[in-house]
Amino acid sequence: MDDLDRALINTLQGGFPICERPYAEVADRVGSDEASVIARIESLLQRGLLSRFGPMYHAAQMGGALSLAAMEIRPEDYERVTNIVNDQPEVAHNYERNHRLNMWFVLATETPQAQQETIARIERESGYAVYNMPKIREYFVELKLHV
Amino acid sequence: MNAPNEFRPLDDTDRRIIQATQAGLPLTPRPYHAIAEQLGVEAADVMQRMQRMLDLGIIRRIGAVPNHYALGYRANGMTVWDVADDRIDELGERVGQLECVSHCYQRPRHLPEWPYNLFAMVHGKTRQEVEAKARLIADVLGQASRGTDILYSTRILKKTGLRIGS
Repeated sequence: MDDLDRALINTLQGGFPICERPYAEVADRVGSDEASVIARIESLLQRGLLSRFGPMYHAAQMGGALSLAAMEIRPEDYERVTNIVNDQPEVAHNYERNHRLNMWFVLATETPQAQQETIARIERESGYAVYNMPKIREYFVELKLHV
Repeated sequence: MNAPNEFRPLDDTDRRIIQATQAGLPLTPRPYHAIAEQLGVEAADVMQRMQRMLDLGIIRRIGAVPNHYALGYRANGMTVWDVADDRIDELGERVGQLECVSHCYQRPRHLPEWPYNLFAMVHGKTRQEVEAKARLIADVLGQASRGTDILYSTRILKKTGLRIGS
């Protein structure tokens, strides 16, 4: 990573302008030029240093529902249940974690009802309980990974 | 014509903008014009609609999401806490202010299996670093925390972008 990589990672977490030539505006901020900024964002994405670049939509504000859910799966069933969970298009991320509740996934659905339906389907197909943990409140967090 | 900030449900054009941009913004000098061209609408309309969605919180923000893991933050701990209900909002706000916390949520307990109601994601280069940061959270919570744990991801089983608004 060089200085431009770092400057872009730091500044782009804070926001991106809505205007005719937004990359030129970002270039001014980081002391570069429009073409270099575009090429460098492309490179940061290709190198995997940025996982996304663009608008982050808020599912709940769009009438959709987002939740975190967890399951406690016995080792011999882990692969089978992983396949069942991952096969649901509503499951965006799924992680194995080092806890008695050893599978944690994010559900993104159009409606709260669809969330309940997906959970019921996973429970039925897997034979395991799903602990649904939709957020009750989100506390304000600054975006501040400095590199 | 609606005022830019007036609340109204998303219409078809808004939804088409969401679908066209949820994978990312075009990397061309005039990205909003590129979206407009793709959808057959005016660029000014695209910019005004995206600004309105930003003002309403439908778009949280436009920007970049760093890949913590690729940037060397290999130990990503989900710290969880059992916090007294009457103090959780005050303390959750303070935990969110900590430099080391990237997400902070109140979530429901599932007793007796799951007693924790405050989730704070902490990123570090090592587990020791995550544990040191968790102690900073413990200091903020003090006596209001009745129990805690740190869950590390040991395997990514699935990772796709969120696909919504279709």
